[in-house]
Amino acid sequence: MDITVNILLTIATAATPLLIAAIGELVVERSGVLNLGVEGMMIMGAVGGFGATYLTGSPWIGLLAAIAMGAMFSLLFAVMTLSLATNQVATGLSLTLLGLGLSGMMGTSFVGQPGERLPNLDIPGLTEIPVVGRLLFGQDPIFYISIALTAAVMWFLFKTRTGLTLRSIGDSHTSAHALGIKVIRYRYLAVIFGGACAGLAGGHLSLVYTPQWVENMSAGRGWIALALVVFASWRPWRVLAGAYIFGAVWIGQLHAQAFGIPVPSQFLSSLPYLATVVVLVLISRNKRLTMMNTPASLGQPFVPDR
Amino acid sequence: MSANQDGTNLLEVRGLTKIFGTLTACDHIDLDIARGEIHALLGENGAGKSTLVKMLFGSLEPNAGEIFWNGQAVRISSPGVAKKLGIGMVFQHFSLFEALTAAENIALSLDDGSPISSIAAKARALSFSYGLPLDPESLVGDLSVGERQRIEIIRCLLQTPQLIILDEPTSVLTPQEADKLFETLERLRSEGKSILYISHRLEEVKRICDRATVLRHGKVVGHCNPREETASSLARMMVGNEVQAVVRAPVEGIDKAQPLLEIRNLSRQPATPFSIPLKGINLNVRAGEVIGIAGVAGNGQGEFFESVSGEVLQQDAASVRIRGKDSGSLTITGRRLLGAAFVPEERLGHGAAPRMKLSENLLLSRHATDGKAFVGSGGMVKSAAIQAASQRIIEAMDVRKSAPDPEAAALSGGNLQKFIVGRELDRRPSVMVVNQPTWGVDAGAAAHIRQALIELSRSGSAVLVISQDLDELFEISDAIAVMHNGELSKPIPIAEATFEKVGLLMGGAEPGHAEHTLETA
Repeated sequence: MDITVNILLTIATAATPLLIAAIGELVVERSGVLNLGVEGMMIMGAVGGFGATYLTGSPWIGLLAAIAMGAMFSLLFAVMTLSLATNQVATGLSLTLLGLGLSGMMGTSFVGQPGERLPNLDIPGLTEIPVVGRLLFGQDPIFYISIALTAAVMWFLFKTRTGLTLRSIGDSHTSAHALGIKVIRYRYLAVIFGGACAGLAGGHLSLVYTPQWVENMSAGRGWIALALVVFASWRPWRVLAGAYIFGAVWIGQLHAQAFGIPVPSQFLSSLPYLATVVVLVLISRNKRLTMMNTPASLGQPFVPDR
Repeated sequence: MSANQDGTNLLEVRGLTKIFGTLTACDHIDLDIARGEIHALLGENGAGKSTLVKMLFGSLEPNAGEIFWNGQAVRISSPGVAKKLGIGMVFQHFSLFEALTAAENIALSLDDGSPISSIAAKARALSFSYGLPLDPESLVGDLSVGERQRIEIIRCLLQTPQLIILDEPTSVLTPQEADKLFETLERLRSEGKSILYISHRLEEVKRICDRATVLRHGKVVGHCNPREETASSLARMMVGNEVQAVVRAPVEGIDKAQPLLEIRNLSRQPATPFSIPLKGINLNVRAGEVIGIAGVAGNGQGEFFESVSGEVLQQDAASVRIRGKDSGSLTITGRRLLGAAFVPEERLGHGAAPRMKLSENLLLSRHATDGKAFVGSGGMVKSAAIQAASQRIIEAMDVRKSAPDPEAAALSGGNLQKFIVGRELDRRPSVMVVNQPTWGVDAGAAAHIRQALIELSRSGSAVLVISQDLDELFEISDAIAVMHNGELSKPIPIAEATFEKVGLLMGGAEPGHAEHTLETA
């Protein structure tokens, strides 16, 4: 029983950074902006989080630093693509390259230093309940944030006027502009929110997942988050499902490899990607729903004619 | 005429100017709009009407000139400012969000924080009171163009504007739908609202407008009372000279002529969730005749053209037959080799490659059919022959251009269309299929294109014209069929066709078809 709980806990830990980064990117893309810099913002969050913790001794300050770092880094992308109308794909890619390089440089003195882990939740009386206690009341704080964030984004996008406005901008920025909606301002806020989420996801890596600094420690998770958003057809609950399927198969194949199953390890390592794509494609079969949820102006720079 | 209670006009425009590069789209425009009038803004395509209203609505910034609202000088820097002043606009190319519902679309333009459910109720009530029934829950992507326009109008009315700008509102409506719109406009006028009505349809301007301002080449060329003018005197003001009338000689014994284009039970599944399926279309076009296909935009005409031209191949090869041969599974080139020619609706991107020269565009569409003339041994392009042919077309169609062999995108829409139609006519095709032959083309060029199509048919070719412009179809067709919701009616011989008859078919009221059930919402 304990093994099962432990496996479930590791799955949640593996899925949380993907979920947070993908939910942030989902909001960005719903506003019609494609930010391919998730990986870069994530690693900046990781180094920022670790660095602040290292300098102050408080992982909570580290958590805030990770968020701030991601948001600041995304601001760079926002200025380039929104104010200067550069190509979003090229700018996003360079943001990732810049983030990977810059974080490596900033983190040279952190390599090999012991980190401090964010403490798990511990509610006397509740956390000790067998099985469910640790699953529900004994995880790291970012896990709870990720679930709350998903629910909040769902509510925001589909139940509020501001969310409706954001979706409309993603559907057609020219129509939105013609209605007098401030397209660029909304997109700035969305991009910064996405950056903050990616930074938080990075913070999870260096403050919870493996509380230390290793260069390139995001290891492609930003790209997986990006893919999750598309395969989830821009729907928050599907992103949640996708992140957890990925996490589950990921942990599963690790155990399988450790168990010595006679299957090439490369195949096992590719399983999480394969499984996630298959499942998300299957649940996105409804062409009509997918069309409705795809932001039609995704990736197009908006320059109002004057 | 512009007098009212306090002596000021609702809107006054003085010397408004907008320059794009070397083109002066609007040149010192003066315009007065009084309270409670329907004011027409007349002009040909490219006369500067759209540019002017975009400046009034804040989506373009003028280079010079002043705007006075209720006597106060104002700067309309964005559509948001225009809305606050009380200016509402119904766009020609709609500004709706396809993936959202009607109610959500309406909610987006309202600034108060009222919940979407209450907006739905409000929109429903208002739409019924104006006789424009609307289902707030329906998805815009599923609606017909006429229904979408209702949403635009309702959305505009919910903001209680003082001035409503309508840009070519009837171009997408059936005659009956247009009548309904006119009733709404008259009612709005009686409530004291002002309307700026942009159109190039003279009959409807004469019918509902109190005053008119006529634009030509970006300048105001006259003000008039349209009720005191005739359609031809208005046209003269717009165009600057007389427009040549199109002549269509009647044809004899057409029934015995052999059909050159046969469509047999053509069906197609919708390619995207918002496109129209084609349902069992049958049609014969014989040598020597012009058949017109009427219909409100978005009823499957685009899908039909794609299937006939070969942009999309048919499963059933016999569903399209060109000169007696099954062609449904042939590519565009294969169909061209059988003697067919096609002019698609979109000039840039489909009809011509925008960044390539006219002569290169000629080669692109005709290298297969005129291979020997244009391409020499070893695949070398014969530039001189292409230049000569392109020159011949330019002269035959009177294409006006700025350089000897300009890029396609450098031509104005009308001139490019003349070149594209001319390029196909130059081959003397035995089957010609044209989608929207004169969309966005000025009256002079349109008459030229129409006459050329009639002459092609009289020389023994089969001509099929798809158009939203009913006047055009009545001018050139020997019979008119109507497309509605992916189905095609039987062609009505032109002698029996009336606007009313065709209009009813456009609305879907064909005997034997189920009544259109839109109004149940």
